[in-house]
Amino acid sequence: MIQKQKNIKGTVGAMIGILFVFAIVVFLENLSAMFTNVPAILQPTSQLFTVLKKGAVYSLVAVSMNLLNGFTGLFSLGQAGFMLLGAYTYAIFTVPMAAKDQVYYLYGGSAVKFSLVDLFQSFMGTGAASLICAVLAGLILAGIVAALFAALIGLPVLRLKSDYLAIATLGFAEILRAIFQWQTLGPVTNGANMIKSFPTFSDFNIKNADGVVTLRLSTLVPFVVVAICITLIVLLINSSYGRAFKAIRDDEIAAEAMGVSLFKHKMMSFITSSFFAGVGGALFAMYVSNAQAKVFTSAMTYEILLIVVIGGIGSISGSVIGTFLYVACSEWWLRFLDAETYIGAFKVPLLRSGFRMVVFSVVIMIIVLFFSRGIMGDKELSFKGIGGLLSKCKKKKTTEGEEGTA
Amino acid sequence: MSNILEIRDLQVRYGGIEAVKGISFDVPEGEIVTLIGANGAGKSSTLRAISGLVKPASGSISFKGEDITGKDANEIVSRGVILVPEGRRIFPDLTVLENLKIGAYLRKDDITEDLNWVYDLFPRLKERSWQAGGTLSGGEQQMLAVGRALMSRPKVIMMDEPSLGLAPIIVKGIFDIIKEINKQGVTVLLIEQNANMALKTAHHGYVLETGRVTLTGTGEELLSNEAVKAAYLGT
Repeated sequence: MIQKQKNIKGTVGAMIGILFVFAIVVFLENLSAMFTNVPAILQPTSQLFTVLKKGAVYSLVAVSMNLLNGFTGLFSLGQAGFMLLGAYTYAIFTVPMAAKDQVYYLYGGSAVKFSLVDLFQSFMGTGAASLICAVLAGLILAGIVAALFAALIGLPVLRLKSDYLAIATLGFAEILRAIFQWQTLGPVTNGANMIKSFPTFSDFNIKNADGVVTLRLSTLVPFVVVAICITLIVLLINSSYGRAFKAIRDDEIAAEAMGVSLFKHKMMSFITSSFFAGVGGALFAMYVSNAQAKVFTSAMTYEILLIVVIGGIGSISGSVIGTFLYVACSEWWLRFLDAETYIGAFKVPLLRSGFRMVVFSVVIMIIVLFFSRGIMGDKELSFKGIGGLLSKCKKKKTTEGEEGTA
Repeated sequence: MSNILEIRDLQVRYGGIEAVKGISFDVPEGEIVTLIGANGAGKSSTLRAISGLVKPASGSISFKGEDITGKDANEIVSRGVILVPEGRRIFPDLTVLENLKIGAYLRKDDITEDLNWVYDLFPRLKERSWQAGGTLSGGEQQMLAVGRALMSRPKVIMMDEPSLGLAPIIVKGIFDIIKEINKQGVTVLLIEQNANMALKTAHHGYVLETGRVTLTGTGEELLSNEAVKAAYLGT
């Protein structure tokens, strides 16, 4: 009873928190329209919004990887492959018919004579509703295609253990990347060229009749989609299925002895994780405004694995915090290290193109050495936790103060 | 009394190694039956085969007259045969309550009653229900492993070395609980290195040597058997 009340309190708290974040995002993005003299950081082209968008997209992929690696104990490295599937599915089915000939000009038009955008416009008109429906349908389709492939390769691959599973999934992702660049599939995948002209985040900015943006929502869109997806993952983890996943992670043999079907649950976790990786891939395509097989390398999977490890294996909030920190560092905060800087006539040594990655590596090493279980360990962020931490700091300060006076 | 489990010519192989070389034994309903034997006699393999964790190479296992040979573990658990694995194997990162809930994973009905039953048997678990399983002491972990298995509301509970690595006083407590569970109608199939304790508790005993049943009898008969005394009781 008491526990239930606590859960309700926690849920309400989380919802308020999420809505608060949404409000801040919209507010920040529209500040430049409300006031004239906003600092450069709040201009719509600022790095801040790049980081926010990419962070939102990556945090979904990181959480989906954490579901598999952190909660089910399956060490899979196929995330970039499933993102690729999602990105291409979304791109192929949402390029408007009118733009197809131009996008696929090398292959004399697309083999897919169908577009979700035109489909919804045909009976909903050209308004915002049809755009939202088309994008949503595209995202869900992206997830379903990724999940289907996961179900196919899961049959043989999930019988493998630890390292072998990692190798097999990594290989799968690499093969996919090669296949999608294959010229013969050009009419569908546009070969090694990128697919573009599909709806992206900036299409959600509300414009007036003259085409001037009146309300910017391009950062809010990924936040809303990602928040919904992560909520679904959290619900799964807190259900009895999630408990079975954790039991499998802790001890496979004991879980099997208790009647938990290993294969069924591993498959469920793998398919769910791939579904959301596919949605994440589609969002990534929206973020970069193109779908291109060559960006979904194994390096991308390692990047996400790194985020999961830094954030804390087995912590959803850790993955989210880890993502934003990682993306902010790599895209923004450490950028100054790449620029040659002069203080007066003095040229600051070492700062040159590429030095950012050196410093970044050192930062990661420090994190791994001193936070060996990640930022959050396997704990979750909660108001109670923050309160506890604050009161601990206070206590420490007061005791230090007392020692000082004594 | 009818036999709830009947094992006939059971053989278990791991690759080319024959761990169990055709054993047959019966477990009468409502009794405590023990298999004793030295390391490598095939005791654990027998239990793993019955619970479906390994597939037997040949032979048959029947539960209440129905053939369950080679069925999946979840199917066997849902019929009411559950294994308390060797070395406790509780889930260290799950709380005590979550551990118990995993035990009832295949059940769709209300588990409150059984939870109370387990908490009555092991009041210590109730005190620690929000603690992570891994933080419990060895004896408490063994209680949790037994409690977790009981949550599936089994007809037969199979225990693989419940006294392993526990202090004598705690071992006594565990055996008292085994008797208590049995009194409440659960058939117990017990494997033990601690032959003395096991034979004193059990109604029936089987002695396994290198994959074969070599001796059988009631608990008292085996306790007074000269060969058993020399080999397992050290007296």
